[in-house]
Amino acid sequence: MARARLFVLAFAAALLLLAALPPALRSQTGAPPPVRTQAEGSTERVVAGLSQDAVSITADFTGSEILIYGAVKRDSAPTDEGPLGVIVTMQGPPQSVKVRRKERRFGIWMNTSSLVISAAPDFYVVATSGPLDDMLLPSEDLQHRISIPLALRALGEQVQVANATDYTSAFLRLREQQGRYRLDEGSVRLIEDTLFRADIALPAALIEGQYKVSIFLTRDGHVISTYSAPVKVAKVGLERWLYRLAIERPFWYGLMSLAIAVGAGWAASAAFRLFGRK
Amino acid sequence: MQFFLPIAEVSVNAFVLIGLGAIVGLMSGLFGVGGGFLITPLLFFIGIPPPIAVATGANQVVASSMTGLLAHLRRGAVDMRMGWVLLIGGVVGSFLGVGAFNMLQRLGQVDLVVQLSYVVFLGFIGLTMLRESVATLRATRRGTVAPRRRAHSWIDGLPWRMKFRKSGLYISVIPPLAVGVAVGILAAIMGVGGGFVMVPAMIYLLGMPTRVVIGTSLFQIAAVSAFTTLMHAISSNTVDIMLAVLLIVGGVVGAHVGTQMGARLRAEQLRILLALLVLAVCFRLALGLLLPPDDVYSLASG
Repeated sequence: MARARLFVLAFAAALLLLAALPPALRSQTGAPPPVRTQAEGSTERVVAGLSQDAVSITADFTGSEILIYGAVKRDSAPTDEGPLGVIVTMQGPPQSVKVRRKERRFGIWMNTSSLVISAAPDFYVVATSGPLDDMLLPSEDLQHRISIPLALRALGEQVQVANATDYTSAFLRLREQQGRYRLDEGSVRLIEDTLFRADIALPAALIEGQYKVSIFLTRDGHVISTYSAPVKVAKVGLERWLYRLAIERPFWYGLMSLAIAVGAGWAASAAFRLFGRK
Repeated sequence: MQFFLPIAEVSVNAFVLIGLGAIVGLMSGLFGVGGGFLITPLLFFIGIPPPIAVATGANQVVASSMTGLLAHLRRGAVDMRMGWVLLIGGVVGSFLGVGAFNMLQRLGQVDLVVQLSYVVFLGFIGLTMLRESVATLRATRRGTVAPRRRAHSWIDGLPWRMKFRKSGLYISVIPPLAVGVAVGILAAIMGVGGGFVMVPAMIYLLGMPTRVVIGTSLFQIAAVSAFTTLMHAISSNTVDIMLAVLLIVGGVVGAHVGTQMGARLRAEQLRILLALLVLAVCFRLALGLLLPPDDVYSLASG
């Protein structure tokens, strides 16, 4: 009886330990170098850095924030050719998404039709130093695919459905409601047309993959300098181990889930028998 | 305390999950059902993707039904022979169900089929149980306890009769096998153990004595949901072990409280409570199907 009690306690302790395992070590991986482009005839360049080039998803991950800071570098004195703007975007890995539409059939609401968007970023934020429409000409937006609808179109080839735009606009609306697509006008702080910083909040429900931070420097609606750098988001520690086990060894993962359930059921039964008889 | 779930890829509050587990454990201890018919919709509600809710719900049912099963085994209230017959049917049903689930998922109709089956099954069972248990309760009050005997029906005409000593039955194996298959399909599609279907089926259809019904049903539930969990883990990688552990921790406590509460209540009263609960869930789901949705569009991973 004493041994059984010890065993029950040991099992309960092991369960608690598994549930409360501390977040694992942060991964250190080399990220590819940033990419820069420069418009011809412009003397202003953007230089920037990120607070982190990797985000680790641990068991206690509740979202994160990336700080993007930088400056406008000039070879000569600033030329006065219109207002300066800074646009910072962060884009998640593309995913295939199905947009479904419900209709009433036989008095019941059911999914009747759908459209697949083959590559939509899981997460997309546009942060700007002012109103986006004032800072970016439509032609420049079309070329650089910055605003949310254009960024989506840049990735997914359009499927030919009569009312495809209904689906894509519903998609954008739902993603904005979920907080996964955001336009934060005025959230980039630009100091004396030289220094800037942007804080981009990442939601708790992040998917793994390569994210991309881009910075666009605009003058009078024209993009004059760009900078982009990758951010790697990955599960680490226990999260990573469980995820990989589930994908690569599903049979053993399934057995492990069962063993935990059966063990817990048995331990609970034994515990009630021991402690319940007072 | 927030937890990031590795498979569901969402961050959830651990205490909410432990609380949900406790509610389900309570049901399990009180009524001898796995509680899956509650946990699956509740997990949808807190934002767990439906396929993961269904598969992980099955995993949690294994733990809670295991606890109950062991208690009933010690009391000798399990008809093992009936259990095995039901189980053979259950495994076949589970295979069919996981196949159907994967097909419905491709067609985009999983939610509809799941909700429709809930409404139909819960409505039918809830009403039947309520009517019967209220009638019994009234009869007992008046002091005219008529010994309930199963009415002779077409079931007695079926071949392959078998003796089930613990249940005191000598019936064809076809009805228990059919009940097993039906429950296996439900287990896979709805993420439930199927106790809420099986308990009434065993009482009213097979005519088993209430004494052995709960234990035997738990035996079948534990085994079928274990099989279903494994099938889902292999065919769609949708079992979230972290989510399951949190639910189980709560479930263990709830089950204990439920068992103790159950010992103080009368069988008819218990059945009335279960019937009301079943009808409440049914009503809620029916509303979801009949009322216009907040948004006619929804997103799913393609």
